[in-house]
Amino acid sequence: MTTETARTTNTQLSGRLAELEQRLLDKDRRALARVLSWVESGDQRGREMLRALYPRSGRARTIGLTGSPGAGKSTVTNELAKAFRQRGQSVGIVAIDPSSPYTMGAILGDRVRMTELYSDSDVFIRSLASRGALGGLSAATQDVVHVLDAYGKDVILIETVGAGQDEVDIAGAAQTTILVNTPNMGDEVQTLKAGIMEIADVLAVNKSDLPGADRMVSALKALLSLNPDRGWDPPVVRVVATQGEGTDKLVNACDAHFEELQSSGRLETAELERARQQITALARANVLRQLHSADGEERLARLARDVASRTSDPHSAAAVWLAGS
Amino acid sequence: MSNTSTMTDQIRVLVAKPGLDGHDRGAKIVARALRDAGMEVIYTGIRQTPDMIAEAALQEDVHVVALSVLSGAHLELFPRVVNACRERGITPENTLFLGGGIIPDEDADTLKETGFSAVFGPGAHTGDIAEYVRAHVPELDRS
Repeated sequence: MTTETARTTNTQLSGRLAELEQRLLDKDRRALARVLSWVESGDQRGREMLRALYPRSGRARTIGLTGSPGAGKSTVTNELAKAFRQRGQSVGIVAIDPSSPYTMGAILGDRVRMTELYSDSDVFIRSLASRGALGGLSAATQDVVHVLDAYGKDVILIETVGAGQDEVDIAGAAQTTILVNTPNMGDEVQTLKAGIMEIADVLAVNKSDLPGADRMVSALKALLSLNPDRGWDPPVVRVVATQGEGTDKLVNACDAHFEELQSSGRLETAELERARQQITALARANVLRQLHSADGEERLARLARDVASRTSDPHSAAAVWLAGS
Repeated sequence: MSNTSTMTDQIRVLVAKPGLDGHDRGAKIVARALRDAGMEVIYTGIRQTPDMIAEAALQEDVHVVALSVLSGAHLELFPRVVNACRERGITPENTLFLGGGIIPDEDADTLKETGFSAVFGPGAHTGDIAEYVRAHVPELDRS
């Protein structure tokens, strides 16, 4: 068994990139915005910047917010941002909305609920389109978070696409995941079958001034009691985000979860798992890209003829295709 | 998968309404049309100050800032947004400024002198706006 290392070599940037990196580290928000664009679009310059900045990341606290469309994720995000700002912590927000599967266009409207944060230069909001990714995030979300982290954000809030039942990527992307519910979201079976219930570290019942809030809270608590013991009992917190009610309790719940992660040692294991997932996802994307390159397509066409004419079988052909990539 | 790999050319547009009028139907229709033309549209809602719009344009690193005003205050508000953007390094050389609303031709000429590259009034086709954006974004200095 050989030991592999992937030590990053030559993180020195040159010329214009070095200058941009310095501007970013000097807290130039425009430099940050441009680097985020490169990172998001998979631009080579983005990859180089990320390589140089990555060693500086790993300090921010990350909190993910997920829940169905209209549950109030953006408004809750806005409230949390204000609460962390009151503590003097700087905040980054990554808000993801869906891309059209037909045109790849998108309307990114999460900012509408966050306008009161615009005048605060210690809050940086970036809207991302999902760009075809299916798990509630976009492929570049992690990289965008790394850059905000390296820039020096203390807390990064990640708001997913309005998610239904199995868009659970956020659990791997953030240290603490908040599931935003509302009263009267359908009968309990909807909640019971949702994979999303299993990933929540904190549950918020937003709009809890509406009828049905009590029932929702007790239904969630009953369902949580059936979860396998993970060493952490997810609290259920009632909030009315538009009024700022319950925000303090929500922040306290996040803090308690974070402290538990630290004391149990799960903060490190989760970080390892996150790294593992990101390497896997990137490696998979790379392999697919190589397989579907011009050369790969040509070999695929040849192998397809072999399989169709029965001179080879699909499994052997797939192995040959992969081995030659 | 091919959709998620490289999208360096993805055009990002900020659609915003400065000032106090709450008539956002036009802005929403334009936002939707640009989305359907394959662009990513950041919509910020109504009653935005010039600084709020400029701040959003900065953070989102957009190619286009599209403004809509229906109150008649466009000569007052539009240039103030451009100025707030300029203070942050966002200029007509690196960003396309578009205006929309009930804007007389002579006002449109004035606005073009302040940095707007085009003004679209009532009756403008949304397809023309998308086409205009697509044609002129490549001319911007995005280095």
